[in-house]
Order: sequence, then structure tokens, then C-alpha cells
Amino acid sequence: MRKYLPLIWGALMRKKTRTLFTLLSLAAAFLLIGLLQAVNSVLSGGADFLGANRMITQAKISFTQPLPMRLMPQIESIPGVEFVSHSQFFGGVYQDPKNFFPQFAVNPQRLFDTYPEWAMPEDQKRAFISTQDGAIAGKTLADKFGWKVGDIIPLNSFIWTQRDGSRVWQWRLVGIFEGRDQEWTDRANLMYLNYGQFDEGRSERARGLAGVFVVRVKNPLDSERIAAEIDKKFENSADETKTQSEQEFQLGFLKQLGDIGFIVNAISGAVFFTILILTGYTMSQAVRERIPELAVLKCLGFTDKTVLGLVLAESFLLCFIGALMGMILATLTIGALPAEYPVEADSGVWIFAFFTTIFLAIVVGLPPAWRAMRLKIVDALAGR
Amino acid sequence: MSTATQVYEIVLMNLKSIPQRLGASLVIVIGIAGVVGVLVAMLSMSTGLNKTLTATGSPDRAIILRGGSNGELASFLDRSASTLIKQDPAIARHADQLPFASGELIVITEVPRKGQSAGANVSLRGVEPKGFDIRPELKIIEGRKFKPGLRELMVGMGAYKQFDGLQIGSRLKFRGSYWNVVGVFETKDAHDSELWADLDTVQSAFGRTGMSSVVVKLNYAKAFDDLKRRLTSNPQLTVDVKTEQDYFSSQSSGLTTQISFLTNIVAYIMAFGALFGALNTMYSAVSSRTAEIGTLRALGFGNAPVVASVMAEAMALSLLGGILGAGIAYFIFNDYSVSTLGGGFTQVAFNFAVTPSLVLKGLSWALAIGFLGGLAPAVRAARLPVTAALRGG
Repeated sequence: MRKYLPLIWGALMRKKTRTLFTLLSLAAAFLLIGLLQAVNSVLSGGADFLGANRMITQAKISFTQPLPMRLMPQIESIPGVEFVSHSQFFGGVYQDPKNFFPQFAVNPQRLFDTYPEWAMPEDQKRAFISTQDGAIAGKTLADKFGWKVGDIIPLNSFIWTQRDGSRVWQWRLVGIFEGRDQEWTDRANLMYLNYGQFDEGRSERARGLAGVFVVRVKNPLDSERIAAEIDKKFENSADETKTQSEQEFQLGFLKQLGDIGFIVNAISGAVFFTILILTGYTMSQAVRERIPELAVLKCLGFTDKTVLGLVLAESFLLCFIGALMGMILATLTIGALPAEYPVEADSGVWIFAFFTTIFLAIVVGLPPAWRAMRLKIVDALAGR
Repeated sequence: MSTATQVYEIVLMNLKSIPQRLGASLVIVIGIAGVVGVLVAMLSMSTGLNKTLTATGSPDRAIILRGGSNGELASFLDRSASTLIKQDPAIARHADQLPFASGELIVITEVPRKGQSAGANVSLRGVEPKGFDIRPELKIIEGRKFKPGLRELMVGMGAYKQFDGLQIGSRLKFRGSYWNVVGVFETKDAHDSELWADLDTVQSAFGRTGMSSVVVKLNYAKAFDDLKRRLTSNPQLTVDVKTEQDYFSSQSSGLTTQISFLTNIVAYIMAFGALFGALNTMYSAVSSRTAEIGTLRALGFGNAPVVASVMAEAMALSLLGGILGAGIAYFIFNDYSVSTLGGGFTQVAFNFAVTPSLVLKGLSWALAIGFLGGLAPAVRAARLPVTAALRGG
């Protein structure tokens, strides 16, 4: 096959503009298919307990409904639970609503126990534990706003008011954390607030509410059982719980957006069908123009099957180059997305694109290849 | 022949010969149908959402929220504040002398989407009896109103269609107690995505004392300004006063901008791909007609008519593609109902709306692609030397 490569390449280069245009439209199509499938693979991502050593226990009614603190010892007492922490979304705005970043009111020691992924100097950890109005910020965030340890950061919460009705809370920045690896450092775009000042400052009515619980288990294999046990414990109480893996909890936010899968697949289908017709036409046009040349090849002793192979190979080469260009573009685009978007061009997306390309190349290449194979030399040379 | 006649004759001749190049012509038509179809379908989603959200609220109603809260969910008014607000003279009064005002409490509940196990956030709105009187657009489609004091629910039409287990007679479990679904209502706006129950019952079931908002019906035309001035300057209250329409359209703006942003990205990439398809087709259309163009030029036809004929072909085919694409989008997606996350972090159910202006937008994209795709090949056709063209390029 190798020896035919220059011949196939020559066929593609016969009309450079046409090949270039076809490649560009193929690249555009696969850029879209790559992006859409990456979104799709996140949304359809298996929500399972496999490898989950951290789970989130939220109120069954809705995660916006805070659970009371008194559930914590009961969760801790379940065998297999290693650490439990609690986390309340604070909903603060720094300077301008456009500067949105999430903040959570937490117990500092419990946060470090459940999220060992966050790395911070020991003295800053101790400072966070011992400062009632302390806060720590992710490195990304601190760099963005130019915060230094010791700064006072005012946050205007759209959810929580202080007892005197004021919505502005002041937090003392006592530490800046990073991730233990690049992946976590990319995510360090949030802020943790000490629950101490948060709970003390709230109105009487709201005191003692924890938010959601983060449960760290000793053995990930036990997580499914532990989740069931936690939910069983609070069944039929006013504070029924729903426990799921952390990954599933986060996917839940995306799934709220609705039936994106259907829309994504509908667009992918339309893109694929369109590109099929465009490329299919180009291929058949390319072969039609070369009929006399193909006849000459056959005169020279190329078998029917070789001619079929040559045309098919041309179609494969065209589709693969175009698809590769598109997929590389898609990967670059996804890589450039901020870390909040958990979209990833994983192997599944590439495999999908690979099979799509093969299918496309066959559908597009087979009819002209078949025609080329069936050519009668006499008719072809006579231009009939 | 004048240039105009030449253009007319040659364009007509060219358009008539399109069926002979059916395969090639189909490429443009389908390529552009794909782009326009996707564009119109996606835009119809944001149009539909916008339509639902801006239909919410009447100019003669106002909503009062806690000052500085960004939505009903984050707002809290205690009972004394609500009583004070309801006494304002700008608020219309019912025949029984009670103000047309309803204190309402929003809590979020999770209800599974049809065919899924994961829950979606759905608003449960506790309303006072006057909540029905101030909203004449609310119609009860099936069943009856909830009875105050009983754990009974009414479900909006949108929620009824999108989520599981909301039929009349079914029971929902919130915080350890059961609620019966007793009725289905329709408002044709954002409230269609909600569950409604009695305010006091919701307060007791969810351990809440206050409410999220007070919705009032205004007494006279300029009443809103008076109401706003009095309530915001009252030292006993810290409130924001908005007309219902302002409130609901501000809730939707972020979402619709995001959707149109994504739509445009997808549409631009697709249009980029289709543009090259159109270029390919038009170049090959020109090259298959080389001898014909040469003959015309030899007969004395000028450059303009040749350019016009190629452009007319490209635009006619694109237009056809545009109509096809918009038509497919209309038949598949018009009134297709979905729900997504709206402003208050809860679900809004809405229908896709393929409106005439969207179809026009799709067609103008089609013509633009056709124009760009035809331009270079047309110029090339016009520049062909006559002798070379007569020999067939």
C-alpha cells in the first residue's frame, strides 16, 4: 500500500483549492462534533460510587435547604466514615456582581481533614483554625484580586444578613491555598470562611444550620453502603437527606440545565449529515473528472480491486486529515476553557470521532470507488 | 442588448439549467439547510425562554422583595413587614375591603425529570388566597384549588409536562410528610413551572416564619411610583419595589444572553464549514459551464451579466437551502417543550418558538453564505479569457 501513497496524494493535490476547501469544511464539522461530544460525555458521565471517597449529604428536599448541625455526630458515628465536614454556600459579592466566585462557610479543621487536596503552609492552617473571622482564598482568586495575607475582604451576601440587618461581612484573609497538583490548583478559585463568625453573626433564627455535609469514607468500596445508611438514619424526619458522591453532586448542577443531551445529539446529527453530503459530492466530482486517468491506470495493469482501493484510500486520507484538524482544534478550544467547566476531550470523544470518520470515509468513498472499479477501459477512454 | 436585458436573460437561462447540475446544486441546498436549521432551532430555544419569562407579570402588579436580594429565593420579609406593605393606599382593594396582595414564600424542592432519577430544582410557592385574585390569567385546567391548612398542592402545566409524579392524586414527600396533588393550573408564563400551595401550610412544613415576597395589584395608573417612594423611604422597611415585568425580565437576561452566545458560536462554525462547501460547488458549477460562458462572452455578453448569473445561482440555491432548514427546524422544534435552570436557581419550563423574525434571520444568513460562496467563483468566471473558455478551460 505504501508505494501507492504518492499516487493518492497526487490525486488529492490535483485540484488544490477544492481539497483545501473540503478539508476546511471537514475541520469545521469535526471541531463542532468534538466540542459537542465532549459536553455530551460529561453529561452522560456515569454517576457511580466507583472510586468515590468523598460524598455530599444534602437535604433531600433541595441542597439550598440547610441541614442542621445536630446531624453531624450521627453521621460521624456510622462505621466506615472517616471525617465529616460541613459547608454553607455564602453567596457573597466582592465589589461587583460580575466578580462572582463561590465562598463556603466551613469549620477549618474539618475542611483540612476532608479536603487534603488543598495545600497550605502549616502556620496559615493554624491561623485559619484560630481566627474567628478568618478566611482563606485559593491562589487563582488571590492573584486575580491581588490579595495578600492580612487583607480585610468585605463581602456583600445576597443570602445571609447579620443580626443588625447589614449584609456586608468583613473577613480577614489568613491564608492562601493551592492544590496538591495542577488539576486542583486550577480549581483553586474559591474562598473558605470560618464558620465561627458566620454563625455568630447570623440572626438567631438561622443559627446552628450547617448547610451540606461532606463525608469522607475510609474505603471507597463502602461508600454506597454508607450513603444508604446515612439516608436511612434520617428517613421520615423533618430533615431527610440525600447522599451522593461528590462527582454526582456536581454533575447535578449541570443536569439542572435540562435535556442538553438531546439538543447536542440533534446538532451533531445535522452537522454530520451536512458534512456527509458536502464531502460525498466532492469525492464523486473528483472521481468523475479523473475517469480517463483511471482508465489509463487500468490499461497499465492496475487491477479493478486496486483502483477501488486507491479511491477509497483517497477518501480515507481526506476525511482523516480533515477530522484530525478539527479534533485538534476542538481539544485546544476545550483546553483553553476555564477550570470551572469540567468539559474534557477524553478518549471516548476521540474514539467517537475516529469511528465517525471511518463511517464517513466509507459512505463518501464507496460509491465513487465502486464506479471506478466497474469502469470499462474502452468506454472510459472514449469518454462515454 | 442593454446590460439589464443581458443580465435578465442570462440569469434566467442559468437558473433554468440548475436541474442539469442537480447533484452539485443539492450540496449547497443541504449544506445551508444544515446551518440554518441548527441556527433557527437553537435561537428558537432562547426566544421561547424569553417569551415565557417576559410574559410573566402584568404592568399593574408590583413585587416587593427584601432590599438588596437578587431574587425571590434570597429574599426574606417577616410577617410584620408584609402586613405593613399591604396597607399602602396604592394597592387596590377587593370588594371585601381586603387589599389585593399576596405574601408568597418560595422554597426549592427536587422533583425528578421525566425518565430520569436525578432531581431538578422546582419552586414550591406558598400563596395567600388573594394570590389567585390578583392573577386573573391563572386558569385551573384540571382538579381544584388546594384547601388552606391541608398539605395539598397545585402544579403548573409546564411542571406537569416536564416532571414525574405530578398527576392529580399522586403524593409528594417533602420533609417527612406527604402532600397530595389536587389540581393543575395554567398561566402561560414562568409560574407554569411551579408548584403552588397554601402559604401558612408551607411555612409550617418548612419551619419558616416569613415570606419571600409580597405581590400586589396596583390601584391606579401612577400607583407604582407612589408605592415605591413610600415603601423605600419607610424607615421600618428595607425593601426593593419592582414592577413584576421588570423583575421577571431581569431574572432571565443572563440566561438568554448565554444561550444566544453559544448559539452564535455553533452557527458561526457551521457557517464557516458550509461556506467552503458552497465555494466548492460554485467553482465546479463555473468550471462545468466554462464553454458556455466562453460562448456567451464571444457573443458579446459583458462581465456583469456573467457575474450576475453565477451570483444568482448561488443565492437562489442558498435561499432554497435556508427555507428548507428553517422549515425543518419549524416542524421538529416549534412548541417543543423543555425546562432549564432559570434565574432563581429553579426550573423554568418553556416551549421552543420558531418566530417569523427567526426565520428571516436564518434566511439572511443563508443569503450571506450564498453571496460569499458565489463571489469568488463569479469573478473567476468573468475573468476567463474568451479563447481559453471556448476550449473548455
